[in-house]
Amino acid sequence: MALSMMESNNRLIYNDAGQGPVQHQFSPYTDNGGSIVAIGGPGFAIIASDTRLTSGFAIYTREQGKLHSLTNAAVLGASGCWCDVLSLTRLIQARMKLYKHEHQKDMSAAALAQMLSTMLYGRRFFPYYVSNVIAGLDEEGNGVVYSYDPVGHCDKNMYHAGGSSGALLQPLLDSQIGLKNMAIKPTAPLTVEKALQITKDVFTSAAERDIKCGDGVIIRIITKDGIREETFKLRFD
Amino acid sequence: MNSEGGVRSFDSFATSLPKGERRNPITHTQAPVTTGTSIIAFEYDGGILMAADMLGSYGSLARYRSVPRLLKVNDKTVIGCMGDYADFQYLQAIIEQMEVDEACKDDGFQTTARSLHSWLTRVLYNKRCKFDPLWTTFVVAGLDQDKPFLGFVDKLGTAYTDPIITTGYASMLATPLIRKAVEDKLKDKNEKLTLAEARKVIEDSLTLMYYRDARASNKYQIAIIPSNGEASIIEEPKTLLGDWSVAHLIK
Repeated sequence: MALSMMESNNRLIYNDAGQGPVQHQFSPYTDNGGSIVAIGGPGFAIIASDTRLTSGFAIYTREQGKLHSLTNAAVLGASGCWCDVLSLTRLIQARMKLYKHEHQKDMSAAALAQMLSTMLYGRRFFPYYVSNVIAGLDEEGNGVVYSYDPVGHCDKNMYHAGGSSGALLQPLLDSQIGLKNMAIKPTAPLTVEKALQITKDVFTSAAERDIKCGDGVIIRIITKDGIREETFKLRFD
Repeated sequence: MNSEGGVRSFDSFATSLPKGERRNPITHTQAPVTTGTSIIAFEYDGGILMAADMLGSYGSLARYRSVPRLLKVNDKTVIGCMGDYADFQYLQAIIEQMEVDEACKDDGFQTTARSLHSWLTRVLYNKRCKFDPLWTTFVVAGLDQDKPFLGFVDKLGTAYTDPIITTGYASMLATPLIRKAVEDKLKDKNEKLTLAEARKVIEDSLTLMYYRDARASNKYQIAIIPSNGEASIIEEPKTLLGDWSVAHLIK
């Protein structure tokens, strides 16, 4: 019988109609994808992100870079829950202006790194669901990379892969940049050209395996002369 | 002190009351009630075209069949809303008052699409942070310094801009149709769509939505935001008929 009925406490329940209205569960978080790779070297730092913004299987836009230039010596890459990224980056910009007016100078990469950690931990119990990477130059002008978890744990590294392809790319960087588990290690220091080539290669690989990664890459190269930008196409299917 | 003031008094704490008088925790709108479906918008050669049907659904019931979901904010800005219609009307009242206040200043300035988009982003994000979301998705279309601006904001505050924006089922059904039209024209003639071509594409998209989206209706409105300095308009409602001659072939 199509319309099956059950009796419970003298009340009829229509099984085929579903019990009660359809309930939507509100979640304040969503995953909009996005991948970040940052590499530091002697005299330079590079940071790259893909330009795809997603929601589930849908692509919102193919032209959304995730890099935010903070100062002449630091660039932030942020991806994850896009609404949190937007809010966090605006707050950072505001805090940087306050700092500049108070101290008459731009924030250093180290100061930015500490501030971001504090800001993230400030929302410890309702976190910004964002994976952050800061690439910049230290006091000596050498590349540094700071990476974070959503609640403000900060790690200082020479390279990092974050965002949706982070888990896919980090071991690749460990091998190619960190030169881990190698019997015979190259001795020459890392060059910008080599770092750029590896960045492009790892993004190409990630786009093959991660549906949230694709469309294009924006790369910013930070040196003492300023920040240079390069773009690079990825598969856009 | 009530909960609106931001300070919660402890005597309303559930367990401090005797059994039977215990109050439930504070709850907010967690689900949309009367809803509108997809919004379709994209850039053409001389501006932006936006369209939405006029159905206010009550679950699966086609409850209100002639409600406008496009709002002309000013001569250069139009917004469209998907989702809870009450939340839309709430924001509509606020936005209209902002426009009156802005006009009263008589300083020659207008709310731009970009600024309204940014404002909506903050309002919706703020409500999501209070776990009391405005269950809506907005598409903001307009001109910013005579250049077309098309932006998206959802109930979380997720925001982006793109030359083609569709929401809901239209993002699955209509986007491919629009992209193909735009890309073919660009490939063949290295030109953007004309108004007539864009109108054809948007009407085809609406027909498709009427066929396949069970929450869509055949009564719709189109908004035109021209980039030549003319005022934006929301056209009078139209009704599409569709071609049902093949309907009997679909099982």
